[in-house]
Amino acid sequence: MSKVKLATVWLDGCSGCHMSFLDMDERLLELAELVDVVYSPLVDVKEYPEEVDIALVEGAVATVADEEKIRKIRAHTRTLIAMGDCAITSNVPGMRNAIGPEPVLQRAYFENASAQQQIPTEGLPKLLRTVRPIQDFVKVDVYLPGCPPSAETFHTALTALLTGEPMDIPALTRFGA
Amino acid sequence: MSQTITIDPVTRLEGHGKITIQLDGAGEVASAHFHVTQVRGFERFSEGRPFYEMPGLMARVCGICPVSHLIASAKACEAIMSVRIPPTAAQLRRMLNLAQMVQSHALSFFYLASPDLLLGMEADPAVRNVLGLAAANPALGRAGIGLRRFGQHIIELLGDKRVHPGWVVPGGVTEPLSAAKRDQILAMLPEAYANLALATDAYKQIAGQFKAEVEVFANFPSSYMSLVHEDDSIEFTDGTLRLVDAEGKTIEDGITANRFAEAIGEAVEPYSYTKFPYYKPLGYPQGCYRVGPLARLNIVKSMGTPKAEKELAEFKQLADGPVASSFYYHHARLVEMLYGLEKIEEILADPHILDKHVRATAGVNREEGAGHAEAPRGVLHHHYKVDEDGKITWANLVIATGQNNHAMNRGVMQAAKAYVQDGRFTEGGLNRIEAVVRTFDPCLSCSTHAFGQMPLAVEIVSAAGEVVDRVVRD
Ligand code: SF4
Repeated sequence: MSKVKLATVWLDGCSGCHMSFLDMDERLLELAELVDVVYSPLVDVKEYPEEVDIALVEGAVATVADEEKIRKIRAHTRTLIAMGDCAITSNVPGMRNAIGPEPVLQRAYFENASAQQQIPTEGLPKLLRTVRPIQDFVKVDVYLPGCPPSAETFHTALTALLTGEPMDIPALTRFGA
Repeated sequence: MSQTITIDPVTRLEGHGKITIQLDGAGEVASAHFHVTQVRGFERFSEGRPFYEMPGLMARVCGICPVSHLIASAKACEAIMSVRIPPTAAQLRRMLNLAQMVQSHALSFFYLASPDLLLGMEADPAVRNVLGLAAANPALGRAGIGLRRFGQHIIELLGDKRVHPGWVVPGGVTEPLSAAKRDQILAMLPEAYANLALATDAYKQIAGQFKAEVEVFANFPSSYMSLVHEDDSIEFTDGTLRLVDAEGKTIEDGITANRFAEAIGEAVEPYSYTKFPYYKPLGYPQGCYRVGPLARLNIVKSMGTPKAEKELAEFKQLADGPVASSFYYHHARLVEMLYGLEKIEEILADPHILDKHVRATAGVNREEGAGHAEAPRGVLHHHYKVDEDGKITWANLVIATGQNNHAMNRGVMQAAKAYVQDGRFTEGGLNRIEAVVRTFDPCLSCSTHAFGQMPLAVEIVSAAGEVVDRVVRD
């Protein structure tokens, strides 16, 4: 039997959800028996594969590049999991929505800079006006809330998905957990 | 006709960046940049929030080093409150910060860098990752997972959560340490020492094979900055900053968090959302400096713990004066992890560590405050202003990765010149250019981070700027 193809993706999050995924510790080695990690910040594949079985997506959609990426991921993924509160509600990155991108850029690159003040643009993606959760752009199949969801939650949810068992997510985790 | 080589995303980093290398008509490297491609706005959207919420909010800057953000932020709040935290709280935070350093260095060494070091720069990209490493060398793979678990488990025992614990607050910590938890941590130490010894032996056996990389991996004279303890030993949580020059001579010493903004400015470059801090009296870019494990070991005179002391002496033998090649960041991380284990053991042996008084309270007594701490990747600075009700009116963060930004860019240029010649390059060559960035272990979540949308590609760009040809690496 061929292994399940797993991807993990960072959009606008703090990487804490990825760290919590890694907190499965030695259980990662058992997981590696069942899945191939075909795309992730932890592996050297540069392009999202044609067919992915399960994608865990951390973070909200904050830039034009994030938006392009989440659409591409959706098109090539069977089960898309919104991992953590940033992906689900836009959480902390969404806190800039009340202000808009200009004051954020103004503060960082003019007021809080002392040389060569300018807004960086070369080779950089533009910020969207508002930071939004991924279900505003594409269909999400599974929601795993938490900031971050715990390693236990990841393990239980992934085991259920891989074995086809039902899973009771509210029993595992909640917003901000 | 000029060409641009784009490496996007740079993988095995904490966060995403991309590299572009511009070739001139003759196929020679004309320029090279490391781009950090996202910005998040913590400095602005924290405005109007109560200051005592800042540690919990600011921890969300980064899920890899939330503890350093918690501590730097709490210290800035304590400056606003004008309180000194109870000594036991200070020691508990010190231990928490060291636990985080160990887990983060373990992540950097085993999960991100060692596939290059132990499987080889030219290894098949499909297996050049931590699972490939675990398959090739199960004992070492398990040692890496075990060391990272050690640090994360201590954070969980102290703060209830492995990522984003709520335990560190302005004034100290919320709960004292129990004897049962102390004993649990002590019982974890022997395994951690054994795992680290395995890694250190493995590194020392293979380090000699990387002479060519040592030469061109961001290998140049620079200044360095880090916290130091008052007795000139290493310090992660308190102490003051010292800046030294390329010969190791002190440029400025005793920089407190309050004086940081006088000494350090931030420049902006058009190609990165991460800024470029520099020492103001020398200007930009002459005043740029390096931070993190290499800087710390270049600056301190001792480690203050017996086993790490021996390792420091060996490390200092690598060069006459400061060790200049960023390749040795990897080596420095191993020395620091050993210090971390020894220091945690020492802190736990202190009879006062179980004291119940671990939190000081006060309201707003000053309208401005700053705090700093060493994050695993280098010094981290938080600076806030509040109104009389304690609402934030202004905030600035200077994070470790920014302070290495200039050196990372110079290093990428140096390596690009070595590995791209006559417009030709190999996958292994490009991986080495990425590996230069990995030595610094930049935490792009801290500065911001993003998700690149292009695979590694060579784009041939016409003089008019149009892409006329494009070659994609699988
Ligand atoms: S949900 Fe929390 S842990 Fe996950 S990326 Fe967002 S802030 Fe970080």
